[in-house]
Amino acid sequence: MQNKSIAQMAAELRLRTYSSVELTRHYLERIARLDRRLNSFISVASESALAAAERADRAIASGDAGPLAGIPIAHKDIFCTAGIKTSCGSRMLDNFVAPYDATVVERLAAAGAVVLGKTNMDEFAMGSSNETSYYGPVHNPWDADRVPGGSSGGSAAAVAARLCAAATGTDTGGSIRQPAALCGITGIKPTYGRCSRWGMIAFASSLDQAGVLARSAADAACLLDEMAGFDPRDSTSADVDVPDYVDALDDDIAGLRIGLPKEYFGEGLDPRVAASVQDAIKEYERLGAKVKEISLPNSPLSVPVYYVVAPAECSSNLARFDGVRYGHRCENPKDLEDLYKRSRAEGFGAEVQRRVMIGTYVLSAGYYDAYYLKAQKIRHLIADDFTRAFEDVDVIMGPTAPTTAFELGAKMDDPVAMYLNDIYTIATNLAGLPGMSIPVEPVDGLPVGLQIIGNYFQEARLLNVAHRFQHVTHWHQGAPSGFE
Amino acid sequence: MSLDASDIEKIAHLARLEIAPESIERYAADLSNILDLVAQMDAVDTTGVEPMAHPLHMSQRLRPDRVSEHDRRELFQAIAPLTEDGLYLVPKVID
Repeated sequence: MQNKSIAQMAAELRLRTYSSVELTRHYLERIARLDRRLNSFISVASESALAAAERADRAIASGDAGPLAGIPIAHKDIFCTAGIKTSCGSRMLDNFVAPYDATVVERLAAAGAVVLGKTNMDEFAMGSSNETSYYGPVHNPWDADRVPGGSSGGSAAAVAARLCAAATGTDTGGSIRQPAALCGITGIKPTYGRCSRWGMIAFASSLDQAGVLARSAADAACLLDEMAGFDPRDSTSADVDVPDYVDALDDDIAGLRIGLPKEYFGEGLDPRVAASVQDAIKEYERLGAKVKEISLPNSPLSVPVYYVVAPAECSSNLARFDGVRYGHRCENPKDLEDLYKRSRAEGFGAEVQRRVMIGTYVLSAGYYDAYYLKAQKIRHLIADDFTRAFEDVDVIMGPTAPTTAFELGAKMDDPVAMYLNDIYTIATNLAGLPGMSIPVEPVDGLPVGLQIIGNYFQEARLLNVAHRFQHVTHWHQGAPSGFE
Repeated sequence: MSLDASDIEKIAHLARLEIAPESIERYAADLSNILDLVAQMDAVDTTGVEPMAHPLHMSQRLRPDRVSEHDRRELFQAIAPLTEDGLYLVPKVID
């Protein structure tokens, strides 16, 4: 049952082959039995899930069911959900039950989706391995000694292990694409502003974007169709029409022009990952695509620029956690300053504190021009590289991550080594472009992701390009042993 | 770029973070390494380049000046650590 596509589940729910209550119970049973090995969920919401499933079954019976009626999904624990704890992977919000639903949550609920629970993540989405979570690391379903990637590591592991049909995620520097690659699933980060950020706990507001982790491009299209679109409650939401992503999946890709940035195939890339990515690109050539080498000369600067812009915005966004209005408050504060300082020191983990401090430093008096302003200028150069590239190509392809999943603990003592894991994904966020990761041939039994980057608002094209590959290959169907 | 203990204490104060004396050295090393990574930016000539204010070069959208939100103070304060008569309580600020 858990290996069926979302379209197939939706069709069978409508034919009453099984009910949503049965499907939901099936997933809840899998979570109870299998998630002890993964730690991919922070909260499991059995009661509200079964109630939503009953509502979906009634809607199906009465003929007014939404497109995702009865489909069991999970939300990354960064999306506010009224009635289910929203921790953001932090002790700071361990006691936080949001008074409202995020727009993305609201839209998927309106489409009839059933929420099984909230998935584990790096604390406040800051991390590339899911090891900074207050709730402990998530284990990669392909090898329990390895990380699932991050920050949407719980969503990626849960989807790969078939503990939910699909899951939401967020991507600020690669947090959907990199865990999707490391867990062997499909992930899409849409254009900045495509999905509403309202009710999504802010990390770096000029980079954050919601998206989907799923087992295939077709499944991802089903969710994105419901999530995307203008929201007046998010001041940076894009007021741009949303095409039907499912409708575009089967479009012909003969003549597709693929650009391969030479900077994405250089030093630091595991040669076996490179070979696997090159094989996938050959498959695209067999499908009629034309490949050419391109250059994104400023892309090596993405990591330094990101580690100014993202911490600066994070230090500003996380200033709201002060122990006064919600979240963690220290015991017996002796004065207001003590209340702030101890509540924040107790509530935030080490990586969050590091980034808050970097952000505070680069924004402090006398340093703004040298750091933040300089970074925003180079960010412009990075975005211009893409604009030039897209004059000659339709999509850009390369590896999603430089290596396969690394071992738990391997990079936790070296923040800079951890940051370099996002070297191929960050530029996309800085430019605001949409990007995907799809599974290609594994290396030594560990998944490898092909990254596909598109021009602004070209999500339909990306999903189409991914779907055509998945139509002729089977890498996306592989299930980790013990989770089939 | 190398930060020392007094830099870390100053930054932590600005960020309103209490840091244990024994972790100052570690923060100084980590933050200095991150700033070394960031220093790669210095080699780039950005003369005449506009800073990127918005990924889509959009300007801030404004909504009409009409009441759109209603009072939900009780709901929002229900999750606060300490309130009284609709006010958030903090330690005494003025004697």
